[in-house]
Amino acid sequence: MTSFGSTPIVFDGAAVVSPEGIEILRPTTLTLSEPCVSIIGANGSGKSTLARLINGLIEPNSGAVRVGELDTVRDGADVRRAVGFVFTDPAAQLIMPTVIEDVELSLRRTHRDAQERRAAALTALERFGLAAFAERSVHTLSGGQKQLLAIATVLSTSPEVLVADEPTTLLDLHNSTRIGDLLLSLPQQVVVVTHDLDLAARADRTLVIADGSVVFDGEPAEAIAHYRASVAR
Amino acid sequence: MITSPLGAYITRTGPLHRLRPGLKLTGLFVLAIAVIATGGWIWTTIALMLGVTLALTAGLRGRDFWRVARGFALIAVPLFAFQAWSAGWLRGYEVVGDLFALILAASAVTASTKATEMLDTIAWALRPLGRFGVNTERVALTFSLAIRMIPSIQELARETLDAARARGLERNLRARAVPLVLRTVSEAHLTGEALAARGIGD
Repeated sequence: MTSFGSTPIVFDGAAVVSPEGIEILRPTTLTLSEPCVSIIGANGSGKSTLARLINGLIEPNSGAVRVGELDTVRDGADVRRAVGFVFTDPAAQLIMPTVIEDVELSLRRTHRDAQERRAAALTALERFGLAAFAERSVHTLSGGQKQLLAIATVLSTSPEVLVADEPTTLLDLHNSTRIGDLLLSLPQQVVVVTHDLDLAARADRTLVIADGSVVFDGEPAEAIAHYRASVAR
Repeated sequence: MITSPLGAYITRTGPLHRLRPGLKLTGLFVLAIAVIATGGWIWTTIALMLGVTLALTAGLRGRDFWRVARGFALIAVPLFAFQAWSAGWLRGYEVVGDLFALILAASAVTASTKATEMLDTIAWALRPLGRFGVNTERVALTFSLAIRMIPSIQELARETLDAARARGLERNLRARAVPLVLRTVSEAHLTGEALAARGIGD
């Protein structure tokens, strides 16, 4: 685990164009080095694309995206090892039938020995208060527990950066707050895409995206005011 | 929630749970050959008794047992009817009984083996192929994903049927099939994205 700020995320004129020729993200140049960056904006504005560029799930059609020294196109596998990604719907992310097995799946690369792997997985679950559910089927968890497990599986491999794409959209108020608290307490650099303006406000820096461009970049409170004003107009 | 004849691990400790997965798979393989090689209703009855015993030992009891039996009944009833009509009811009993015995034995293996153990075993068994450039971890992952997708797709089918029913379209085959196919593909896409995001298979 590295301390925050040591691996800035750099967008260097990165742009994404759909196969139909529609500009999803216009050329964007940014350096993200704050411990927590939030990204807000309308549905379909390009927020998720921006988030997916960071771990190379989407590759830029022009320009480049770098995490520290790693280029997301050239060093795809290494980038995904350094950048953990949490999806909106944890169900899509949880692959194995039981809770502990899903964590073990993430640890297969780092822990060859089955016993060690299980021990490491249990430690990861304990950290998030999920140890009691280790043998439970992932389907029997509540929405909040599933998202917590998704975060636990991703963090079990100690990435340097965590990107979360609307992690609280499917959650109730209590669980949203809980997941928000967790994301903000992590030693990792966190980039969170969200419609939850309370969560966005707790970041160190906020980007507002509209029609595939960053239209505001700065203090969370000002960014949210800008976003609200753009909707009211 | 999971109503598949396969892919349902039952958490408990029993003799079958303690057995090594490789041994269970080999045993299943041997049993399948034996059942096919032998003929006559006596052998079918023995195989059935063995299958039931294995299933019960693995913890497939009560509702879990009937879930497997119900799933098979969809095929068993028409198959038995056809065999009985074309070759006599004794032959029907042999064919359906043999199949059911094997399904019970296979269900006993999945009920008593964790997906991770299965993954490790497959990766281990494929190790000799690693020399020829086969990525054994990836092949093992493909197996476990295939097993995992059975209940997922059944869940999707149920949701699609509910959606069709809510609009009064439960008799419309297209309203049930098209969304199911599209959602299955989309689910596969999401799973692939999640695997990539977790760096699995890189």
